[in-house]
Amino acid sequence: MKTNPSMSIASAPPSNATVLQRVWAIFGVAALGILLLAAFNVDFPNKTWWFTGSLITLTLSIILYSYEAYRHHPPGIKNNQVWQKSLTNRGLWGWLLGIGITFFYIILYFYPQFLGLNNEGENTGIIGFFDPLSQILSGNPASQWFVYGTLYTIAILAFGIKFLWKYRHNPYERIRTFSVMFFQTGFAFLIPELMARLNSDSFSLPYYDLKNIWPLNYYNFEQYRVDSFISAGDIGIALLVFGIISILVITPILTYYYGKRWYCSWVCGCGGLAETAGDPFRQLSDNSLFAWKVERWVVHSVLVFSVLMTTAVIHSYLGYDAEKYWLNKDVFLLLVAGLLTLVFALVWIFKKQELKKDARYGAIGYFSIISGLIVLHYLTGSNVFLFQAESLRSWYAFLIGAVFSGVIGTGFYPIFGNRVWCRFGCPMAAILGLQQRLFSRFRITTNGGQCISCGNCSTYCEMGIDVRAYAQKGENIVRASCVGCGICSAVCPRGVLKLENGPLEGRINSDAVLTGNDLDLLDLIKEEKTSE
Amino acid sequence: MISSYLALRLPNHQLHCMKNIVIIGNGIAGITAARHIRKLSQHRITVISSETRYFFSRTALMYVYMGHMKFEHTQPYENWFWEKNNIDLVEDHVVKVNGQNKTIQLRSGQHHSFDILIIASGSVSNKFGWPGQDLRGVQGLYSKQDLDLLEQYAPNNKECRQAVIVGGGLIGIELAEMLQSRNIPVTFLVREKSFWSNVLPEGESAMITRHIKEHGIDLRLNTNLKEILSNNQGRVRGVVTEDNVEIPCDLCGLTPGVSPNISYLEGSDIETDRGILVDEYLQTNIENVYAIGDCAQLRTPTQGRKAIEAVWYAGRMMGETLAWHLCEKPRKYRPGPWFNSAKFMDIEYQTYGNVSNTPSERERHLYWENRNDNKAINIAYDPVTGKFLGINTLGIRLKHEYFDQCLRSEIPVETVIEHLEKANFDPEFYRNYFQDIKESINQQISIA
Ligand SMILES: Cc1cc2nc3c(=O)[nH]c(=O)nc-3n(C[C@H](O)[C@H](O)[C@H](O)COP(=O)(O)OP(=O)(O)OC[C@H]3O[C@@H](n4cnc5c(N)ncnc54)[C@H](O)[C@@H]3O)c2cc1C
Ligand code: SF4
Ligand code: SF4
Repeated sequence: MKTNPSMSIASAPPSNATVLQRVWAIFGVAALGILLLAAFNVDFPNKTWWFTGSLITLTLSIILYSYEAYRHHPPGIKNNQVWQKSLTNRGLWGWLLGIGITFFYIILYFYPQFLGLNNEGENTGIIGFFDPLSQILSGNPASQWFVYGTLYTIAILAFGIKFLWKYRHNPYERIRTFSVMFFQTGFAFLIPELMARLNSDSFSLPYYDLKNIWPLNYYNFEQYRVDSFISAGDIGIALLVFGIISILVITPILTYYYGKRWYCSWVCGCGGLAETAGDPFRQLSDNSLFAWKVERWVVHSVLVFSVLMTTAVIHSYLGYDAEKYWLNKDVFLLLVAGLLTLVFALVWIFKKQELKKDARYGAIGYFSIISGLIVLHYLTGSNVFLFQAESLRSWYAFLIGAVFSGVIGTGFYPIFGNRVWCRFGCPMAAILGLQQRLFSRFRITTNGGQCISCGNCSTYCEMGIDVRAYAQKGENIVRASCVGCGICSAVCPRGVLKLENGPLEGRINSDAVLTGNDLDLLDLIKEEKTSE
Repeated sequence: MISSYLALRLPNHQLHCMKNIVIIGNGIAGITAARHIRKLSQHRITVISSETRYFFSRTALMYVYMGHMKFEHTQPYENWFWEKNNIDLVEDHVVKVNGQNKTIQLRSGQHHSFDILIIASGSVSNKFGWPGQDLRGVQGLYSKQDLDLLEQYAPNNKECRQAVIVGGGLIGIELAEMLQSRNIPVTFLVREKSFWSNVLPEGESAMITRHIKEHGIDLRLNTNLKEILSNNQGRVRGVVTEDNVEIPCDLCGLTPGVSPNISYLEGSDIETDRGILVDEYLQTNIENVYAIGDCAQLRTPTQGRKAIEAVWYAGRMMGETLAWHLCEKPRKYRPGPWFNSAKFMDIEYQTYGNVSNTPSERERHLYWENRNDNKAINIAYDPVTGKFLGINTLGIRLKHEYFDQCLRSEIPVETVIEHLEKANFDPEFYRNYFQDIKESINQQISIA
């Protein structure tokens, strides 16, 4: 990774910001300032008004700023000066912003009391500031998560509108953005809060964002949640079942038809933030071969970790006795082992040749670890998960849930790009990715010989995929990590890339030859390639 | 980046004849040749270039100035790639070539010998002997050095308050877009009566002309350059047109096309005309000396293609063909139907086959446009045989493969139109214009 050597705020080309743009920027900063003051426990007389005012101002200033930025230009790609501005080129502003967000996350996750969280008495500070809104929605006082959720939703909505303007010529980008805005506001924000309203002393559902699927939602099957699902009767059971079929049935079906994009860039909240607030930083994703290697090891390790952790946690609260309830510890472990074996066997039998060598080794390695642990347990019958399930869980929550997804994943947007978490850390993305690579109709096709190797696609791919490497050879792009954001296709100045769903056959065409040359030569090349 | 070149296959006959191949020029032509030769053989490969150490994509120069990319993003291969694939890179300038003696001389004084020489030295920007054309602040846009010059003379709109561009081709409009991205006012002098009308038919040309003006560029059609004016420090201060209008400027971009870069071959035994003359095997008059890419001029171009084609794709296809010719068995350079693409500000342009700007008797056009959306399609066919000749498209992405097949199989234009939507390559959810297009075009056919 390279930093902007000058670290200067004013880079050579002039800033194209208009006066109005600056005005709106000042308004936005002022609104943030008020929230910050609240965080420092400054007491505001008319809390509700100040609070509403600052949130509305914040939202409006982002929207008006972007309107001002794009309205003077005809519809089209808007990447001028991206690599010359300090904010989007790891300059001083980029670093400051990165450090700022990182601090916010550290406080949010580890020191919520600084934000004014008070479990005994009334909230103060910024959390207290959010109490009025929380009361309206769920009837409860705010928590740090409510503050976070509100700001998160505002970010997706306001920067979503910015993105809609930026890509107003591109229906794919617009529909996709409406979708993430909808899912964030409805599913992540409103529905769970309103669901909380249904809760009473005798009836209680856990906070549940329905689109947040295990293993992204790593805590979904923890004891307190499962207990509370079960004790909430039919609705609770339905939700629990929904959680299970989400990952086992719905996800594979949708991924088969549309690729992992249906989730990662249309539904998911993490993806939603990356695509909206994170969009100005997509070009910072490292697209070297080295980064790709690291990515594959790290993200699949997280997947293994999350499967192990969840298995251990569920295992820890199940009973021993099969007579009391059919699902006891042993049955559960057998189920997990059976499922993994089944998946693995199917892949091995049908897709062996498509797996690159190292992926195969990875699969073998991980598979044996998991089954090893399970077998070990089965033989000794004692607590074998080498660690205590609970400490495994808390380490996972700390390392993956907080540090990776929040602090690094979002805090480092301006340094590593907007999809660090999705690329290196998200176990859900890992599962969807394996399926996308092996068993999905989705691919990005290339347009014959039209590529001029310019590199726009690779530069703007937020997953750091070297799209050009495929395009200039006329090969389809079928990569586990592609979230189908469609930006490579949008920025391509020669119309070379198209996201498509189509038949499995011929989807991976690494023997492609570039259209346009002598037919005899093309035949010869094809022959040579396939005989290799 | 993925390279599969590690698995070197070695046909038996090649073990005995490892050759020393020298390539002049690390552009798309030279590098494609080098890559494919490496895939197919273990010949020794040396690539010499004086522009940059590593191959970069010239077509992306504009995006570096505009800040869409950094210069390293224009390099399609990571820097370790060359050593790993055993391709030697030499940064130097070739000053002399001796074909008979099989040697070249470098500016550093070194001599290199070769078994096979591949000349892929590209083009240089045209200058037509205008007074003042060598002043500071007067430049073309071709090389990395030109890009650096532009950063020097037009870093922002304080240093460069006004720019004039002379020559309305593809590079001219790129330069205009570049300067505009830094809020530098641009006056664009174009000799033709409408933008690029020496290539585009009326409809397309008019659409692009409107689009350029919409972007706030001061486009002056039917205008020729007479003279470039100097200030007292030898830097450009303005230009004068042939109708004696003086336009002040701090930068004057000259973009009236390119021509083969062959001046260093003067006095050598290699035969040249406008470019380096090559036969259908891309060989020059001297055995084992080949020329590919922009600098090559085919003695007998295939039908529908020109003797010199200064485009990315031609360089790439020549490089690939030559590699197979040298490593496997004799191969003629016989490119398929012509294709090309460009982007005029926000309008993408693709073309397949031949659509002339001034059609002959044997070429009729079927034109459809949607002015509001800046979309147009122009289909050319032969009214006598009904054969499909080619298509231009603005703002709608169409499939190369579809038209490549249509053109090779010489099918009637009706068939091409009937299945036109099969050629659609626009992203998902884009508005589908094909119903509209077909209706309008079928009407035109029935009238004709
Ligand atoms: C701004 C711009 C935009 C373009 N856009 C497009 C486009 O969109 N589509 C398209 O099809 N084409 C486009 N082109 C044209 C395309 O880039 C060229 O056709 C192509 O790059 C030519 O490749 P080449 O390998 O023949 O030569 P070059 O890329 O010119 O490479 C030749 C290299 O050889 C070096 N060299 C020359 N002489 C010597 C010597 N004596 N000693 C050592 N080194 C030497 C040069 O410095 C140069 O690096 C564009 C060109 C420009 C300038
Ligand atoms: S390959 Fe294209 S669609 Fe996929 S993640 Fe990268 S930019 Fe998005
Ligand atoms: S953006 Fe388009 S033309 Fe440029 S390298 Fe990518 S696919 Fe090729």
